[in-house]
Amino acid sequence: MSLWNKHAIFEKNSILLLIGVLIVISIGGLVEIAPLFYLKSTIEKVEGVRPYTPLELAGRNIYVREGCYNCHSQMIRALRDEVERYGHYSLAAESMYDHPFQWGSKRNGPDLARVGNKYSDDWHRRHLANPRAVVAGSIMPAYPWLAKNDVDLAHIDQHMKVLAMEGVPYTPEMIEKASADAKAQGTDDDPGAADFVKRYPKAQARAYGEDKGRLTEADALIAYLQQLGTQVDFKLYDGKANLR
Amino acid sequence: MSVTSHEHEVDAATGTATTGHEWDGIRELNTPLPKWWLYIFYATIVWALGYWVVYPAIPLASSFTKGVINYSSRAEVTAEVAQLTSARAPMVAQLAKASFDEIQKDTKLLTFARAQGKAAFGDNCAPCHGAGGGGSKAFPNLADDDWLWGTGTLDDIQTTLTHGIRSTDPQTRQGNMPAFGDGVLKPAEISAVADYVRSLSVLDVDKTADLKLGQKVFAENCAACHGEDARGNHDLGSPNLTDQIWLYGSDKATIVEGITKGRGGMMPNWGERLDAGTIKALAVYVRTLGGAR
Repeated sequence: MSLWNKHAIFEKNSILLLIGVLIVISIGGLVEIAPLFYLKSTIEKVEGVRPYTPLELAGRNIYVREGCYNCHSQMIRALRDEVERYGHYSLAAESMYDHPFQWGSKRNGPDLARVGNKYSDDWHRRHLANPRAVVAGSIMPAYPWLAKNDVDLAHIDQHMKVLAMEGVPYTPEMIEKASADAKAQGTDDDPGAADFVKRYPKAQARAYGEDKGRLTEADALIAYLQQLGTQVDFKLYDGKANLR
Repeated sequence: MSVTSHEHEVDAATGTATTGHEWDGIRELNTPLPKWWLYIFYATIVWALGYWVVYPAIPLASSFTKGVINYSSRAEVTAEVAQLTSARAPMVAQLAKASFDEIQKDTKLLTFARAQGKAAFGDNCAPCHGAGGGGSKAFPNLADDDWLWGTGTLDDIQTTLTHGIRSTDPQTRQGNMPAFGDGVLKPAEISAVADYVRSLSVLDVDKTADLKLGQKVFAENCAACHGEDARGNHDLGSPNLTDQIWLYGSDKATIVEGITKGRGGMMPNWGERLDAGTIKALAVYVRTLGGAR
């Protein structure tokens, strides 16, 4: 029996076959995935990327809940036409606090990696309630309940705790002040806004909705959308040092 | 099923060796892979080895092999974008200097500005202002000659585009329609002034409407921005209330809502996102949509 015929041992013994499969996949995984965790070049050195604020995090949860990633990518590829349309190609550093990331793989709608500050809050509000009201011919579904539901912030501090365990640099103070910070970000001239911005540099605090007395799911989602892709200052970013 | 070793057994009908497996008298042929398939398979393995040498491939202790051609997708896209920018540069420079009259006389320049402006408009402006600039509720029509800010000159449009309206830009266009319902006016006064404003545009007004009171409220609260004659002010973005063009709607309920809660749409400061050449091209494109007064 030559070496080429030895596979009969695996074909006749399913447990042995299973162990063999696991070993082969593990080697592939080790070689392809493990280096990304220790190679310093995986995540670029950038200034300005901060963890999501409690309100943005709540909005991000709604983004995931409603399945936005099914039609919208958050990944500007290093291709000329994409850079022309959407702006600077996405960096790994820009989603380093995303668990899980929202890169997506399908574009029924446009890429959202740099949609932050591109349109007004008012536009987002009207567009989420009924996309056809502002974009004739849009195929996006309407999400009218977002403006009706109050955003659920009861467990947002626990979510932050879990993310902290995964390596997101949330401090105990940030976690403790989570619901106060959410209110400070979503209200005009809140007394806690100054402290809030100290904890989350360059975060945008203002009333995102028309209804000033409450924080809706739409407010949280818009707060999340309005910061997408705005954290890195590309005037300071050294592209040459981060060629891949 | 019986499994016995028939390694060298050959099937009589086809002349092919069998695997030695037998199920109820049926034996499995050990047909070799077609040669063309096998050689292509080997060729792909050799090709992959070449890839490992030419392109970035193998992770090392602190870095990875860069490959002999030193390929980088980021360097490639940076070069492609630079090439595009330099190809456009002469026209962009000419565009930046030219006045609107000069652009209109120069067919080549006008074509360039319109093409670039149209492309930028489609992605950046059309979501709010509509594909043809027709606008929608709360987002102004750019295809008419009724302008909120400035009078539709190229400079006016360029300023609005660069700094935005009620944006975070320090030079943003700034004007506020306050919420008169916050203790300034009583509901009856708001209702009366809404009727009065409708009467200015020759819209139907209820017979019971107190237009006298409306006129008085208007003179005391609204005329400062909208003007004594209610024709608006292009420096404050306050609309003309005597024409048939309504940003939010002309029905009484919408007007009452606007007076009670205030209005103030926001337009981003595009100077932060787009380069000056693109903004000039956009201004030319927008101006050719509507035209100035």
